Amino acid sequence: MSAVLWPLVALPLGVGAVLAVTEPRYDRRIPAVAATAALATLGLAIAAAVTRPAVSVPLFAGMDAGLAVDGLSAVMVVTVAAVTTAVLAFAVGEFGPDEDRGRFFGLMLVFSGAMLVTVTATTLPLLLMAWEVMGASSWALIGYGWRRPGKAAAADVAFLTTRTADLGMYVAAGAALAGGVATLRLDRLAQATSPWLHVITVGIVLAALGKSAQLPFSFWLSRAMEGPSPVSALLHSATMVAAGAYLLLRLEPLLAATAWAGPLVAWFGAVTALALGVVAVAQTDLKQLLAASTSAQIGFIVLAAGSHGVAGGTTQLVAHAATKSGLFLAAGAWLTALGTKRLGALRGAARTYPLVGGAFTVGALTLAGLPPLSLWAAKDEVLAAARAEGTGLYVVGLAAAAVAAVYSLKALWYVTRPLPPGPASGYDTERRGIRRTARTTPLPLLALTFAAAVLGVLALPGPASWLRSLLGAGGEPSPEAWEFALSAGVALAVAGLVPWWASRPAPVPRTVVRWARNWLFLERTARLTVVRPVLALARALAVFDDRVIDGAVRQTARGGLAAARLARRLDDGGVDAAVRAVASGARSLGRAARRPQTGLLHQYYAQAAAGFAVLVLIILSVR
Amino acid sequence: MLSVVTFLPLLVCAVLLLLPRTLPDRAYLWIWTGTAAADLALVVALWAGFDTGEGPRYEERVRWIPSAGVGYHVGVDGLSLPLVALTCLLFLAVAVFSLRERRRVRAYVCLFLFLQTVCVGLFVALDLILFFVYFDLSIVAMFFVIAGWGHGERARAAALKFFLYTFTGSLALLLGFIGLYLAADPHTFDIVDLTRANPLAGRGTYAGLVLLAIGVGLAVKTPTVPFHTWLPPAHTDAPATGSAILAGVLLKMGTYGFVRIAMPLLPGSWRHYALVIVVVGAVSVVYGALVALAQTDFKRMIAYTSVNHMGYVVLAVGAAGTLAGTDAQARSLAVTGAVTQMVSHGLITGALFLLTGVLYDRGRTYAMDAYSGLAAHTPRFAAVTAVAAFAALGIPGFSGFIAEFQILTGSLASQTIATAVALTGIVITAALFLTALRRVFLGTPRLPDTMPAGGVADLRGTEAWPTVILLAVALVIGVAPRWLLDVIEPAGRALTGLVAR
Repeated sequence: MSAVLWPLVALPLGVGAVLAVTEPRYDRRIPAVAATAALATLGLAIAAAVTRPAVSVPLFAGMDAGLAVDGLSAVMVVTVAAVTTAVLAFAVGEFGPDEDRGRFFGLMLVFSGAMLVTVTATTLPLLLMAWEVMGASSWALIGYGWRRPGKAAAADVAFLTTRTADLGMYVAAGAALAGGVATLRLDRLAQATSPWLHVITVGIVLAALGKSAQLPFSFWLSRAMEGPSPVSALLHSATMVAAGAYLLLRLEPLLAATAWAGPLVAWFGAVTALALGVVAVAQTDLKQLLAASTSAQIGFIVLAAGSHGVAGGTTQLVAHAATKSGLFLAAGAWLTALGTKRLGALRGAARTYPLVGGAFTVGALTLAGLPPLSLWAAKDEVLAAARAEGTGLYVVGLAAAAVAAVYSLKALWYVTRPLPPGPASGYDTERRGIRRTARTTPLPLLALTFAAAVLGVLALPGPASWLRSLLGAGGEPSPEAWEFALSAGVALAVAGLVPWWASRPAPVPRTVVRWARNWLFLERTARLTVVRPVLALARALAVFDDRVIDGAVRQTARGGLAAARLARRLDDGGVDAAVRAVASGARSLGRAARRPQTGLLHQYYAQAAAGFAVLVLIILSVR
Repeated sequence: MLSVVTFLPLLVCAVLLLLPRTLPDRAYLWIWTGTAAADLALVVALWAGFDTGEGPRYEERVRWIPSAGVGYHVGVDGLSLPLVALTCLLFLAVAVFSLRERRRVRAYVCLFLFLQTVCVGLFVALDLILFFVYFDLSIVAMFFVIAGWGHGERARAAALKFFLYTFTGSLALLLGFIGLYLAADPHTFDIVDLTRANPLAGRGTYAGLVLLAIGVGLAVKTPTVPFHTWLPPAHTDAPATGSAILAGVLLKMGTYGFVRIAMPLLPGSWRHYALVIVVVGAVSVVYGALVALAQTDFKRMIAYTSVNHMGYVVLAVGAAGTLAGTDAQARSLAVTGAVTQMVSHGLITGALFLLTGVLYDRGRTYAMDAYSGLAAHTPRFAAVTAVAAFAALGIPGFSGFIAEFQILTGSLASQTIATAVALTGIVITAALFLTALRRVFLGTPRLPDTMPAGGVADLRGTEAWPTVILLAVALVIGVAPRWLLDVIEPAGRALTGLVAR
């Protein structure tokens, strides 16, 4: 049944590419075409998940471009296609006729198509191709509103940060070839010979951490918020940031092949979950809060992958994708309606727009990890895997779960407050709100919210064992009953405290707040330690190039000219002067020789006599 | 057949010169376009009938100067056929782009027709002297293109610098060729015979000196650091079409020389000095990218990225000469990547230079800070340039990735550190292209003062078609590269075998 797989990836990529270059005058039909294509892709994804096709074509010498749907890919393709469909259906009503909808919808389809290739690729070259195309289309989507200052720069930051991390994957590809994995198949990477095995692992982990906005790369996700809300909804849930987490889940055997990789990755995930959770708490902007929470929540998946809990990580990934895309759509709906995403200005927004508010409430409660919603159960799966690896990881993870409850409920607290008097004074900080939600808002929002609420069944004993057999992760630890109770207790306790805390200043030093609010100054650090030195080096080298290297060339040319001038002087004053001297000497000799020729006979006699006398003298002296 | 492909443009050039001068300019331009299209069609036919067995195909061998061991010997294999096709495609693109040219059209068309014969001739030549003659004639023709149709007085200075610099390089090349000739028994300049004979095997210093002469000659043309400083002024002051041919075809003569002459004819010294070549390549990659990053002139920036892109080729051919710690697959991958990179760079940078011509035509300046938000006025121009920029920074889906992935993957095993250093070039080129796009096309719209009043026109048909076609071919190679790699790979394998002997 490989007939499903090529269309599955070709449909969004092809239709997206065509839509992206469609002339604006055909704009009216584009949203419908895009949504239909997304729906068809979802159908193909489900078919692929059922039939498990695999295809492969030669790409480079000895390396194929392979696509296949196994258990993990089956879950991923359906998640990606479903979220894409919901987000595009939502976006149909988000764009006015004066906006370039072809570019937006086309790029969104290319973006999700690249993610579909990423999660089905069986070889590293193809994975890398999709991985980078996804990065490039994220650039174009984040910079969608390029006329406004800062948007394009934000897109550059996001793309360059993730591409820097992507270098790890280029290294991994070369190292795999060097390590004896000539086919570059993903399922063979763990069999590479040492020391190349370690190089591969470092490269893959680096690329995954960058894409998933884990520490220390998290800052690009903050800048990615400059994109339109549907972009955030897709980029933060089932694509892009999910790609790094997926890669670690996919290559869990690689992480297990070395002693250090698993714990390292797990700790990166755990620390990100905690630190970016704190960052989220400190945000005053709803989308920034959600962005930081994405890093934190993806941190749980990374923690799971490092702790060899593929099933838990997958559950978390799927549940988070549904939850976060729904939350971003709600934030986007408010942004469209009220023109703001500031938490302070959004007081009471949930009461003004009850449907969006209801969806947001369910999403926020899910994100907070409250029972019986999905992320509560998913997180316990992850924490069970972490506990098997070490108590330290478990404790940090549990703390991160508590922080998750804080930021989720903080956001919820703001939007469910009673409307302040004169709420409109805080609106329209970003753009002019239309004071209503689009007709296309409710359906996708409710669908995603429903999924977010109920996907927790995947952690129930029955479905959980089904998922484990699907993923081939039979032996992974399951959470004990007390673990469920503990995490539920933590979440509920925090939930009880947040309303009391929310109206008071945070019980931490101001520096902590400042650091957290500024995303730990990660971007500034990157600028200071990487960007500035590179730019300074570039400028210095440009001067060096002009002055020294080209200067040497110019000096050589000048030297040639000087040598030529010297030669000319030598020629004129030396060689030619000598020739002239010879000539003038000959001329004066000639002149001298002419003088005796007087024509007077007596003088000739005198000359002959003198000559004869000289001759006699010579003969006498010789004898 | 190859001679027809080679000399068809020259023949048309001769006919045009015989025609009365009263012929309208448009006629010349259309005849040129038709000739270029016919030549490309012939090459497509050659490609269709090409079989990838060992040795050159479509060989022709005629006695020329037998007393000096010089013959007219031509043929194509997997290394040269893609470059011949690239040459014909680029000349067709340039011909279409030139349809609006109004300055001394007769001479312009004849010059480019002559140049096409020279370029195709070089890639099919299988005799060192024949190669050298074309190598030098290309410099002569390009000198007149830059000096005659470039940007004013500066162009004449740049053309002179270009000519003298590359001509000096070609003399080094000739010296090396004579070194090869003298070492062979019987004396010959024939590349196929010399490859078979491997005359300098075990000739230590002498072979090293011959490689040095040939290497420097080719390095100037490629160009690699530190022999690259003729390139930026030549590009900046050349007309767009001249830049496209200079970058797209003439630079390839240097890198092609490595795979056609230096590697198979001097395998022992190539292996011995592989590390030097690798270092030169890696330095060119990073240095070219960094200097490009600091440029404020759009065209000069792209000129420096050529140093970067050609650096990957040099890195790959150097790595292909390193036997330790690697296998034949990796080395063959690197060589295949190198040839793919030559084709890819020709397509993408050719398109980029044509686009800079559009920028200059509209705003009369290449200075990036003179523009802002140009996409608001010229959306199509901005979109095509953005696609070309992403293709140039090696985004998958375009040929650049296919080339660079093979080069880097194939080189990492044997030259780990140099390749790791060269990898950073990927991010630097991304940064510089994104910065350029942002400065010129995005943000608040602002036009330079030099812009003529009455608005700014978007891409015209004669500007859009050539660039879009070039990028479309790069896209096809990027998505489905097998048709190209099937031709290159056997030749690449054969070459790695020759180097390893």
